[in-house]
Amino acid sequence: MNDMRKIERDANMTDTKITARGVNVYYGDTHAIKDVNIEITDKTVTAFIGPSGCGKSTFLRCLNRMNDTIDICRVTGEIRIDDQDINHKSVDPVQLRAQVGMVFQKPNPFPKSIYDNIAYGPRIHGLAKSKVELDEIVEKSLRRGAIWDEVKDRLDEPGTGLSGGQQQRLCIARAIATEPEVLLMDEPCSALDPIATAQVEELIDELHRDYSVVIVTHSMQQAARVSQKTAFFHLGNLVEFNDTSEIFTNPTDTRTESYITGRIG
Amino acid sequence: MTDITNAPAGPRKATSTELVAASLKRRRRKQMRLQWIGLGAISIAFLMLFILVASLVSTGWQAFTQTHLTLEVYVDPEEIPEERLPRGGFDDALAASLGQMLPGVDMSDRATARAVEGILSNGAQFELRDRVVSDPSLIGQSVTMTVPVSDPYDQLNKGLIERATPEVNRRVKDNEIAWFDTLAENGAISKPFNFGLFANADSRFPELAGLKGALVGSFWALLTCFVISFPLGIGAAIYLEEFAPKNKLSDFIEVNINNLAAVPSVVFGLLALAVFIGWFGLPRSAPFVGGLTLALMTMPTIIIATRAALKAVPPSIREAALGLGASKQQVVFQHVLPLAMPGILTGTIIGLAQALGETAPLLLIGMNAFITSAASSPFDSSTALPTQIFIWADSPERGFVSRTSAAILVLLGFLVMMNAVAIYLRQKFERKW
Repeated sequence: MNDMRKIERDANMTDTKITARGVNVYYGDTHAIKDVNIEITDKTVTAFIGPSGCGKSTFLRCLNRMNDTIDICRVTGEIRIDDQDINHKSVDPVQLRAQVGMVFQKPNPFPKSIYDNIAYGPRIHGLAKSKVELDEIVEKSLRRGAIWDEVKDRLDEPGTGLSGGQQQRLCIARAIATEPEVLLMDEPCSALDPIATAQVEELIDELHRDYSVVIVTHSMQQAARVSQKTAFFHLGNLVEFNDTSEIFTNPTDTRTESYITGRIG
Repeated sequence: MTDITNAPAGPRKATSTELVAASLKRRRRKQMRLQWIGLGAISIAFLMLFILVASLVSTGWQAFTQTHLTLEVYVDPEEIPEERLPRGGFDDALAASLGQMLPGVDMSDRATARAVEGILSNGAQFELRDRVVSDPSLIGQSVTMTVPVSDPYDQLNKGLIERATPEVNRRVKDNEIAWFDTLAENGAISKPFNFGLFANADSRFPELAGLKGALVGSFWALLTCFVISFPLGIGAAIYLEEFAPKNKLSDFIEVNINNLAAVPSVVFGLLALAVFIGWFGLPRSAPFVGGLTLALMTMPTIIIATRAALKAVPPSIREAALGLGASKQQVVFQHVLPLAMPGILTGTIIGLAQALGETAPLLLIGMNAFITSAASSPFDSSTALPTQIFIWADSPERGFVSRTSAAILVLLGFLVMMNAVAIYLRQKFERKW
């Protein structure tokens, strides 16, 4: 992909990165996601909002097939990333997850050094040919994770020794170290204090220049602050999906309106 | 009095604060009672432990020393000619030397001479023989040697045979006590640390019997047990916990592994006797077979401990690695297993400590044989620590009473050591997240 096209895409923001058609998810007998259709645009932040248990995290986890790791979980329907059906037999979930990074609700750095946390992904995928190259990847990822200045002098110290907000930015840096195209974030700020939240939100805003970011959040203010597109889930249904400003100022569905005005939730 | 006039009909209702205060008293009493019961239980447990160790130490400590006699032996070329080695009249040489140390004793009388010879351990003549055989130039010279005295004299010296006891009820007669006292007055008697307890293998004579054979046998058996049960146990646990589909079959296997851990050890011994010795024709009394048997017993313990340790690894770590695109195998071996290692090692060492003290299965495969040399390979006949204790506890000689206690102390010492290692490993490798 050359730079010309990239600029073009940044400008009009209309390229579809992820297409979901008729996605259903079942946990045993529970029907968790009901016939969801959505198109997620490249290089934007898309927020999934909705009350607890509405299926927004479940749907997020379909996008990198993390639901495969749950025995009783069954996914039907079609999800395409760049026109590739990710549930197709030929797609290895390991490769898909290198392409679609994920940041979790609770900061979960490995109990290893900060350096090794970042270097782990590039190492297992063989992205660096030499130690020098690996060092570069680590530095670049930490810089993009907006945490380089805080940890550059203590890369050998355990990642678990950082504060909660730093740990979460470390996890984001770790996720982008493998050069994914899509970054999934499952309530990345729910365990953080307001200052750390602000730092992570700023980082998300930075990241959407290079990645498609999909973020699940409980906080409507956060969705309004960081996202360009918002999807509202309720009881497993995708109720409404539109530009963030439209959703919050002019919702078409009464359920969306009830939720954003605090009547259901 | 004023109450009567002011109160409405019926008794006044207690406020909730009063009710709470009343119930609080009751709840406090209950809590105190529970605390006292717990304290009592712990005290009783400690008392029992103290009694056990104290009784072992009080009988066992004597076995950690051994009475020795230092004497100068003239290696008479007429009794011990060089060309007849290793045969020769070594016992006569020792008797002659003793005779010189006991003036006034008529050594020409055969019965007296034999009684005097009885002061020394039966092993003394073999020690003299070995020295002369290894250096024949000693023939015609005097050799100074310090050798164990026989068990009755050892008991006498340690005060376990009371001099006040009437002579007929005493194993050591009055004239023998007089001989011993003469030797002691001359400074020939000493009571050094009993290195023989660790350096010698088993013997019919308590003063010569040691634990070397048992220690070596237990070492080989535990090594075999570890080499087999550790990788197999961890492998089985990883498969069951991480890879096996959760269905009826895996439930069935899980129930059976838990049951296997509760099977009486003697049953494993019978199984080993039938399968390892009967079908496979492995040697009897061999630590290798003992180790195989103990491995069967230890494996369920290791599997259960490993599964618990794997389960305790937070799912967030697995998700983190999976989310980065690690394969299942990479997640298990690069993240889960290292984090579970302290728990696995602790479980394994506790399993091995259990195996070290296990007696019944070893009895069934013949590891309670009387074997006077330490095994040089896991396939040689041998005893193990617990079976050695069993053998000694069964022996009639007085000297084995204290040796049995001493052997139990040694076994307990090893168990404490293994548990200490387990605690150390757990603290060393435990990582916080």
